[in-house]
Amino acid sequence: MNQVLIYSIIALGSIGAISAIILYFVAQKFKVIEDPRIDEVADKLPGANCGGCGFAGCRNFAEAIVKAGNMDNLNCPVGGNAIIKEVAPILGIVAVVRDPQIAVVRCSGSRANAPQKVVYDSASTCVFAHGLFSGESGCPHGCLGLGDCVVSCKFDAIYIDETTGLPVVSNEKCVACGACVKACPRAIIEIRNKNKKDRRIFVSCINQEKGAVAKKNCEVACIGCGKCVKVCNFDAITLKNNLAYIDFTKCTLCRKCVEECPTNAINELNFPPRKPKTEKAESVSTEL
Amino acid sequence: MKTFKIGGVHPEENKLASNKAIEVLPIPQKVCIPITQHLGAPSTLVVEKGANVKVGQLLAKADAFICANVHSSVSGKISKIDTTTDTSGYRKTSVFIDVEGDEWEESIDKSDAIIKEIKLSKEEIIAKIKDMGIVGLGGATFPTHVKLMVPQGKKADVLIINGVECEPYLTSDHRVMLEKGEEMLVGVSILMKGLGVEKAMIGIENNKADAISHLQNLSGNFNGIEVHALKVKYPQGAEKQLIKALINREVPAGKLPIEVGCVVSNAGTAFAVYEAIQKNKPLFERVVTVTGKSVKKPSNFMVRLGVAVNELIERAGGLPEDTGKVISGGPMMGKSLNSLDVPVVKGTSGILIMTQKESKRVEIQNCIRCGKCITVCPMGLEPYLLAQVAENANFETAENERVMDCIECGSCHYTCPSGRPLLDYLRVGKNKVGQIIRNRANN
Repeated sequence: MNQVLIYSIIALGSIGAISAIILYFVAQKFKVIEDPRIDEVADKLPGANCGGCGFAGCRNFAEAIVKAGNMDNLNCPVGGNAIIKEVAPILGIVAVVRDPQIAVVRCSGSRANAPQKVVYDSASTCVFAHGLFSGESGCPHGCLGLGDCVVSCKFDAIYIDETTGLPVVSNEKCVACGACVKACPRAIIEIRNKNKKDRRIFVSCINQEKGAVAKKNCEVACIGCGKCVKVCNFDAITLKNNLAYIDFTKCTLCRKCVEECPTNAINELNFPPRKPKTEKAESVSTEL
Repeated sequence: MKTFKIGGVHPEENKLASNKAIEVLPIPQKVCIPITQHLGAPSTLVVEKGANVKVGQLLAKADAFICANVHSSVSGKISKIDTTTDTSGYRKTSVFIDVEGDEWEESIDKSDAIIKEIKLSKEEIIAKIKDMGIVGLGGATFPTHVKLMVPQGKKADVLIINGVECEPYLTSDHRVMLEKGEEMLVGVSILMKGLGVEKAMIGIENNKADAISHLQNLSGNFNGIEVHALKVKYPQGAEKQLIKALINREVPAGKLPIEVGCVVSNAGTAFAVYEAIQKNKPLFERVVTVTGKSVKKPSNFMVRLGVAVNELIERAGGLPEDTGKVISGGPMMGKSLNSLDVPVVKGTSGILIMTQKESKRVEIQNCIRCGKCITVCPMGLEPYLLAQVAENANFETAENERVMDCIECGSCHYTCPSGRPLLDYLRVGKNKVGQIIRNRANN
């Protein structure tokens, strides 16, 4: 009885010892040297794995940062400047401060402005509705309101307003990861600079049809008249394919174009109120 | 009696207008003619704003291989060249004409006399069909001259004429076969000569017994034309199913019927070919069925292309009050219209008006994996799976599961007990996969 016990201990013990020696040398031979900074950077990142940076997850992003050695073309939209400040010392570089950004819904075709003409009753996702027809209001560029952007948002920052039928972006929650931009089959959502006090001016329309046609379907469509282009002192507005676009890097938020626009297609957000000059079609707020 | 083997459904026939003679609609006040009314590359505009045109004058010219000419259907002045909405609500370039009188091009023979003798050679026939802008009038609008140009190394031995009209409600081909039977058979002989075959088979479902016996009587005077009665089953009018039913040959996946030595053409197209070759008349009018259970006078109209759908409905007794949907085409494959100002084009075989009760869809529920859609799919696909992968944007799997073989017949959608809009999923899936394939080919 005793002998069996001793033999077992010796046999198993020696197998263990031999394996340990083999494993030690194998581990030495096939050692993977990983930059310790990757772990450090990954620890600082938010860990949401949202994909907003363009990588599959936060760890991939950390690897990319360390490999590149700088953050010129890499940005974590969720963490923003706070993360950059923390990550920069690890890499031994100077933090570049970026302007905070936010998703902007460039359509004001609410139920009041773009009345429903037909009823859609098939698969209720924007991708399919877009593939099948032009939309309930008849505008082939406008928001379909079926909420693909809402489903895509990992931060609960966007929802469909019941009365207008349009998506609304939350100032606080949106991290500008761009998931909704990719989800929208009509490319209505754009990432723009957040500016001070969340003040923004943008053309809330992407309809490229001729003015009369666009106006037929929607009260607040951009008709491509070019008045805003003329009034802008900073060359921030360009007109292409019957559609005005405001370059947010050049815009100084002077609000001249907003007053000039005959259809109220240019939206201003979070500005202090001013006296209304003329009766215009009601503009729809796409922010909280 | 012959029919195809895999799948198929039996929707209610509802051929309400089958005993209504073709009525020629008066010339409209205004027309709007889209310059792309066919499958393939867009045509190029050859007229300008303000120009005066005659009936049958060329408006847009075919440049590419798969492309067709478009002619004016009226005489008058071009008021503008602008965009108009098509059936799905997207905009297309069109020519707007204000009608003045009814002046035809001198070359067109307006008489009713039937000319049987075919003077032109094979090449001349194909060239003339191309000039006259003939496309398949069954609905797919594939240019007919392209079908007749058999690629090198392939040989056609039989021409199949599709007189099936398996879509419920529609009766335009039925009326053409009954009223223009002899002209149509001359058209078939022309197509046979153009294709270089000795034999043509006309397939007709046996719910059109009058058309079958009428054509069987007439076909005795024509060489090589046989008329076959087919068992009623949807979608027998799809070309691959019709080939299988008539001559029991199977077209390989992703290939054209010429692969198995045949070419399929529609009965209405054969009549258009007759008019083009023997009467020099371009394709500028067609028979359109206006029907529906609530319609006062379901009718078959001979209309000039470009007239608004609205006018046809007025003519058939006006739009009923409880209309839920107006569909261009039949109930199975047609598309519901966004607006009634949509013009009639070469592919408009019918206008179907459905009541609110009829058109209401059942609530969309989850797939219960019953497999009914697989049983009825005439192409042997798995529609439930294709819809699922399309919904999840997994287009790679959709391509591997052969979504491109789908003929969009809608049998799966018709049979689904969960009311899932399978055809809509598949149409979008096909579109996306088609784009992916084209991108791959371009790179």
